[in-house]
Amino acid sequence: MVPSKKEALSENGRAGLLPALKDRAGREGSLNRESMSGLAGQYHLPLNEVYGVSTFYAFLPVLPTGKNIIRVCRCLPCHLKDAQAVIGSIKKELGIAPGETSRDGKFSFELVSCIGACDQAPAMMINDKLYGDLTPAGIAEILKSY
Amino acid sequence: MAEKRIVLSKCGSIDPQDIGTYIAKGGFSAFIKARDKMKPQAIIAEVKKSGLTGRGGAGFNTGLKWELARNAKAKAKYLLCNADEGEVGTFKDKYILSNDPFGLIEGMCIAGLAIGAQQAFIYLRNEYHFLYDPLVRAVGQVREKGYLKHMDIQVFEGAGAYICGEESALMNSIEGMRGESRYKPPYPPTRGLWGLPTIINNVETLMNVPHIINNGAAWFSAIGTGRSKGTKVFSVSGDVSRPGVYELEMGSTLRELVVGLAGADDLKAVQIGGATGNILPASMLNTPLSHETYLGSGAVVALNSGRDIIDVVQNDMHFLNDESCGKCTPCREGTEVMLEIFGRLARGEGHEGDINSLDALARTMAVSSLCGLGQAAAVPVLDSLRYFYNDYIDRINQSHFLRSYLSGELFKSEEGIR
Repeated sequence: MVPSKKEALSENGRAGLLPALKDRAGREGSLNRESMSGLAGQYHLPLNEVYGVSTFYAFLPVLPTGKNIIRVCRCLPCHLKDAQAVIGSIKKELGIAPGETSRDGKFSFELVSCIGACDQAPAMMINDKLYGDLTPAGIAEILKSY
Repeated sequence: MAEKRIVLSKCGSIDPQDIGTYIAKGGFSAFIKARDKMKPQAIIAEVKKSGLTGRGGAGFNTGLKWELARNAKAKAKYLLCNADEGEVGTFKDKYILSNDPFGLIEGMCIAGLAIGAQQAFIYLRNEYHFLYDPLVRAVGQVREKGYLKHMDIQVFEGAGAYICGEESALMNSIEGMRGESRYKPPYPPTRGLWGLPTIINNVETLMNVPHIINNGAAWFSAIGTGRSKGTKVFSVSGDVSRPGVYELEMGSTLRELVVGLAGADDLKAVQIGGATGNILPASMLNTPLSHETYLGSGAVVALNSGRDIIDVVQNDMHFLNDESCGKCTPCREGTEVMLEIFGRLARGEGHEGDINSLDALARTMAVSSLCGLGQAAAVPVLDSLRYFYNDYIDRINQSHFLRSYLSGELFKSEEGIR
């Protein structure tokens, strides 16, 4: 939904910016310069403002990502349940470290803050799907389903 | 001692996707009572008298907060439900939203009447995206029943930032900005979202409201302790055999929760309230849980005797450093330096000065940070220094040994003999 100039410049005109960025990132995988400057135009904002908002949030990647994003929780409850071994298993399976994307572009791998699945630790999300009670041995099978 | 379920009373016994099952259990009777038989001032008076306090961690009197917004003169007012449950070890709101979304919406409907809000938002964290559609559908069912004529509710999804659970950062996020904290005052009840009076309540806080309206303030304030009325929903994880969500009367002991209900064994310590929470040794298990003592958001992580406290605090600090919004210097730089020190301690490169540095930094951050994140980042550091000082000393001594071993100094005297 593109706001009219009057809407965009009204007091709460920026309210649509975050949903718009999320929508764009969801469809294109990440936010590139073109989509950010497009939205900057729509909301009558400087590009740096839009870039500043995008880079603030974990779910608004501004660098190209893989088709699927693996987010492994590295906070205390998962850390206590040996998330490190799960991280090691993913590294081994994909041959990439956290912060990297697999060469075939299928997976990006990230370590993230608490995802609220501490009763199923260690846990991770692949895109929007939650996987709990992970074991290093079970990782390969999960990844195979993508 | 058994659980006391008020907030969670309908969880599991209704279909969270069917408002009919909620109404069959007495749902929305409180809203109808508030709408038809009570003036806004009377609703506020009842909630105030009940002693209900914020369940997100700060523990401010809910009725008092509502009154501030009610009395503020403005063209519009907003109600925000904080469902950005990002505190490490907390998953109670996820449980509530999954099992009883209508209880929350009824609480919001009543809060809207009380403060005179026309628009409300549920700020849902991105990590709970799977709850977005069910929540929107639940709001839709309530609207169809005609219970949302005075106010509309929009579900607003965050984009992955712990700090957006801080109320002013949450408002900035809805306004389409970076989720950075604002300077206070002004406080949200007088100047909040788009500069207008705004009430921000945690999911669990709002869940209590229908029960207070139905059963009365006296009933509610008879439960709990002096300053902490009602129950608290806890999320328990870590070294326990039954991790999960438990609701207990305020003032119940840590032992009842962690050992009795969650089944912890061989405990060394417990962290209460997430990454910024207190770390208490097992010798303090008889401590009651309340605003007067320790509570926070109700996250409880159990640590058994095999755990390394320095490793725990390092993990906390890693999180806080990552999630610091960067606006104020004490928090942005303080978490960075602390993380560096913990990294040194963990690698066996620590020295005595590190303890003093941690202590001084923590105290500085506690008094000079802009918002709760930086202020409370000091808590696990200071607690671990207070209760587990010897763990630090041992680590540093081991470091000395390791360094001298690696540099060969340890064998110099032997060489002399040779």
